Amino acid sequence: MSRRGPLVGEFFMNGDIACAEGGISAGCRFFAGYPITPATEVAERMSSRLPEVGGIYIQMEDELASMNAILGASWAGVKAMTATSGPGFSLMMENLGLGIMLETPCVLVNIQRAGPSTGLPTLTGQGDMMQARWGSHGCYGIIALSPTSPQECYQHTIKAFNLSEKYRIPVLVMADEIVGHMGEKVVIPPPEDIPLTPRRKPTVSPEEYLPYKPDADLIPPMANAGEGYRFHVTGLTHDERGYPVMTAEAQDRLVRRLVDKIEKNKADIIEIEEDGIDGADVVVCSYGISARVSQFAVERARDEGIKVGMLRLVTVWPFPEETIRKIAKRIKAFVVPEINCGQIALEVERCAGGAANTILVPHMGGSAHRPETIIDAIRRAVR
Amino acid sequence: MNQNGSEQKHYIDQYLREDRMPHIWCPGCGLGSILHCFLSSLIKSGIDMDKVVVVSGIGCTGRAAGYVKLDSFHTTHGRAIPFATGLKIANPELQVVVFSGDGDLIAIGGNHLIHAARRNIDMTVICVNNFNYGMTGGQLGPTTPLGARTQTSPIGNYERPFSLPYLAAASGAVYVARWTSMHVRRLEQTITEALLKRGFRFIEVIAPCPTTYGRRNRQPTGLDQMRYYRENSIIRHGADPKDVDIDLNGKIIVGKFIDIERPTYSDLLDEVMQRAFGTELPKDDTSKEEATVVGSAPK
Repeated sequence: MSRRGPLVGEFFMNGDIACAEGGISAGCRFFAGYPITPATEVAERMSSRLPEVGGIYIQMEDELASMNAILGASWAGVKAMTATSGPGFSLMMENLGLGIMLETPCVLVNIQRAGPSTGLPTLTGQGDMMQARWGSHGCYGIIALSPTSPQECYQHTIKAFNLSEKYRIPVLVMADEIVGHMGEKVVIPPPEDIPLTPRRKPTVSPEEYLPYKPDADLIPPMANAGEGYRFHVTGLTHDERGYPVMTAEAQDRLVRRLVDKIEKNKADIIEIEEDGIDGADVVVCSYGISARVSQFAVERARDEGIKVGMLRLVTVWPFPEETIRKIAKRIKAFVVPEINCGQIALEVERCAGGAANTILVPHMGGSAHRPETIIDAIRRAVR
Repeated sequence: MNQNGSEQKHYIDQYLREDRMPHIWCPGCGLGSILHCFLSSLIKSGIDMDKVVVVSGIGCTGRAAGYVKLDSFHTTHGRAIPFATGLKIANPELQVVVFSGDGDLIAIGGNHLIHAARRNIDMTVICVNNFNYGMTGGQLGPTTPLGARTQTSPIGNYERPFSLPYLAAASGAVYVARWTSMHVRRLEQTITEALLKRGFRFIEVIAPCPTTYGRRNRQPTGLDQMRYYRENSIIRHGADPKDVDIDLNGKIIVGKFIDIERPTYSDLLDEVMQRAFGTELPKDDTSKEEATVVGSAPK
């Protein structure tokens, strides 16, 4: 067998494979996963690619184990990721919480399928968006991206690794079955053109090191296991030493920081795409595959003379509240197509705060919206 | 402080987080002695303490990770083994020890235990078995003997328990031993031996839990339970793990049952890599250090 390093050039690949290649380009050298449609190709690709670049692929006994194994690998100093879909995503919620509490950089790709339960394993859905935000118990900040194409699957996985290292948090790439299985051109730049964010290492001696003493931006530097720091970390509420403290005050201090480290850095984290919003009467707000269909619908509606803008959420969490609030004051309505019965639409409605209407265009899953459905909603919105 | 009032450090103090004392364990609990044996074994083994990583799940035993002054992880309930798996195979230099209880490792974590043993992941698992869920107040678990009374088996347990050495051995562990917390010297020798071996090593340590288990089963104090161990333990090295079941207040067969050689997960991985690529595991072309530098990239 010949060994290939990270790829460079133009390739025809699907979104799942692009996620895997994004991981390779980002320096991911550990993948733990469990086969699940429609995310299996990510694992398959990693099982062939990681050995080629000196990384490790391990197929765990379930998604609980997969999530834990990538947390362990990350603490061993190796960039790590997993990939799954609905039922596996549910199982990962337990230790996504541990990753958030221990502030562990890692990446979780969710190639969404339609649920609930086993649902439509081979067909698309966007029903895990609120689960991505709130799926593990307790309060916390989270970062989730939503790619619309294989090219973005590649780029978002790299971006997810960089954000996870910068903010010490598991980052979610919330793709879906259509994007995951769609084959398109993916351009992979030379490695020197791919900026990678380093892990922030302690600058003090092991004796002085406090694993959860944050820098001014609320992010604590991270020692890896085996480096001589002899630290303790726990999923219990803890102080800066990493020691459990069972008080409301310690809880307030810790959880507030876990939320604030994302909230206060929103300007750096959030990425959105706006198109024709100035002077628009209606704005279609969407993400992932739904945004791609929406873009087509927006262009057709413009052909009819409707003043309609497009707001695409590249980052879904944290939510661009301020942007929605500002736009709401200038338009009649938001139209929110999504392949669920209304999740992100609730956020849009909340942020619009009555200044503009929010028209949900739901879809229960199994396919993308027909553009006509969205065009109809746009027409209704301007009436 | 010793009897003369002068400060005198015990030799394991340097590996304990004294600022976390007193610990949460009840009077009569076996965990203190077992943790002592473990730290003492670590010292005797001569292993580089900077490379030792202790991983625990949830429960009374799970608190051990928080008391050792070593890299240590207190993870979620049942998940110590997969977390440890990630640590170990991502950095084979680490000496990984899972220190957790029977409810954690055998009930909620049972699936992870059998698979880590099957893969022969290079780690030592110290499983403290007190026959019940102590931290939550004494409910029945997968090791509770038939007939034992617990908070959730008030009229007596009618579920057959797992025999842990049998389970571990059948799943593929290369080293399987059992002692009670009374056998401190033998336990220390066993842990030392296990630490210096490669592969999935499993040590069951039977421990008193007078507060939530003993007092409901005619052994109301730690001392009663220690007396029970002394009078009922039978040392039988090499015993067939299928013959070491524990009945309620019955005989406890202890000793080293399994000590075999089998290629570890990493051995087999290296072998396959060599066959596939004709070299050792390829040197990571974006090593961890390099990957942490802005703008560095794969070659």
